[in-house]
Amino acid sequence: MSAPTDKTPKIELRGLKKSFGAKTVLDGVDLKVGTGESVVVIGGSGTGKSVMLKCILGLLWPDGGSILIDGADVSALSGRAREARNARIGMLFQGSALFDSLTVWENVAFALQRRSGVSKPEARNIALGKLAQVGLEADVGALSPAELSGGMQKRVALARAIATDPEIVFFDEPTTGLDPIMGDIINRLIVDCVRELGATAVSITHDMASARRIADRIAMLHDGRIVWDGPAGDIESSGNAFVDQFIHGRAEGPIEMAVRR
Amino acid sequence: MNFLAPIGRVFIGFLVATGRLVAFAALSVSHCLRPPFYGRSIGRQMIQIGYFSLPVVGLTAIFTGMVLALQSYTGFARLNAESAIATVVVLTMTRELGPVLAGLMVAGRVGAAIAAEIGTMRVTEQIDALATLSTDPYKYLIVPRLVAGVITLPILVLIADIIGVFGGYVVSVHSLEFNAANYLKLTWQFLEPLDVVTGLVKAAVFGFLVTLMGCYHGFHSRGGAQGVGAAATNAVVSSSVLILAANYMITAAFFGT
Ligand SMILES: Nc1ncnc2c1ncn2[C@@H]1O[C@H](COP(=O)(O)OP(=O)(O)OP(=O)(O)O)[C@@H](O)[C@H]1O
Ligand SMILES: [Mg+2]
Repeated sequence: MSAPTDKTPKIELRGLKKSFGAKTVLDGVDLKVGTGESVVVIGGSGTGKSVMLKCILGLLWPDGGSILIDGADVSALSGRAREARNARIGMLFQGSALFDSLTVWENVAFALQRRSGVSKPEARNIALGKLAQVGLEADVGALSPAELSGGMQKRVALARAIATDPEIVFFDEPTTGLDPIMGDIINRLIVDCVRELGATAVSITHDMASARRIADRIAMLHDGRIVWDGPAGDIESSGNAFVDQFIHGRAEGPIEMAVRR
Repeated sequence: MNFLAPIGRVFIGFLVATGRLVAFAALSVSHCLRPPFYGRSIGRQMIQIGYFSLPVVGLTAIFTGMVLALQSYTGFARLNAESAIATVVVLTMTRELGPVLAGLMVAGRVGAAIAAEIGTMRVTEQIDALATLSTDPYKYLIVPRLVAGVITLPILVLIADIIGVFGGYVVSVHSLEFNAANYLKLTWQFLEPLDVVTGLVKAAVFGFLVTLMGCYHGFHSRGGAQGVGAAATNAVVSSSVLILAANYMITAAFFGT
């Protein structure tokens, strides 16, 4: 293991494989994400985008390949070492995954209170600040997550993911279920996270407008592999039939959806 | 030869399930012994598991004590051995029925609730979220429940013993017309510390089993509402069976020859 240099990617996936029973989901994913870079992963529903993030977090065990963070293999970490690694990563889950036994602000302050021994009032202040950043008033903080709309839950989950200012953030469909204006506010927030805090971001989205806005680079996952990977500006002229079909949302093309007519 | 294959498959499946459960239990216990400890969560679970089970355990105990006195009277009266009633009530309550009935009631009330709560957290990815927020799910979710179960069940059983004996006393004195002082004297006469202690040991084991099965089935539940429902059912059924089996084994260990 060599010392990380500026050239060492923050996250690197090499031949990542994951199957569920007989069903192969990831079949050799190779992806590099540089420090301070924002990469958007696109791809059809069910191609394994969420599974890929869960493998990096150690929530699913990969069947093969390696996962390197700062040049060090993390795919076999367990226990304390995994906890220490995850402490540097924030994750917005696709389904929000808020703790329904806690109030909204306790959700956002959860890691703060556990991690750095911040006092309760301090943690509450930070949490309310983060909630304000995602457009939620302070009085929402005292509600329970079940009392919020789906879009509000998503924003609380986003505030929780960035509450500790992590080095790496994963956003699984950050703008799904939000109105266009709030969607743009969230896009800007993600851009700010990367630009101002220097975080490394991997986002998953189906929303191409959002992808163009937040991505430095876009990678497309199809059939268990990254079929295209390039600067966000090149997406229109990728020359890749899969990408073209996806970004223009055409039913005809090389990607065949299993639909019976 | 082919008919052996399904039998083998069932047997292997059983071994795999047992192995998974034992591994889960070992991991959970090892987490009980290592910091950090979430004291507040333990307190909250003790209230949930212990305090809120008091009414149901108390009611079960009082009616059981009453029926014990009544039934042993109808039996012993024929042999002119009514004086044994007090002893029967107190020994049955402390050694067997106190711990077993409290264990079963708590299995129904608490085991299902634990499995449903943790199962819902599993299927809504809240357990995954815990792991991304610097919190070990074993420490945060499972350890407090196990510790609370092992501590509170003996307390519940002690209370159940007292209430059960009181139930027997009420029936004996008020409807069977025993002398109150005499009944109490007979209650103490043959009661040994070991009788109560074995009951409390049983209670601690049952508390562990109930919370362990609730946590285990919840933790490994999958597949949405249906999976959570199945987890709750499995938690109650498996912990009830384990309670009865463990009860026999502990009795055999203490009193068997
Ligand atoms: N825990 C699991 N057990 C079994 N199969 C799973 C599990 N998690 C995911 N899968 C399967 O893996 C495939 C990829 O799932 P994943 O959630 O990663 O899709 P996705 O690309 O995020 O799709 P979407 O855009 O709809 O969120 C799916 O076909 C799903 O059935
Ligand atoms: Mg997904």
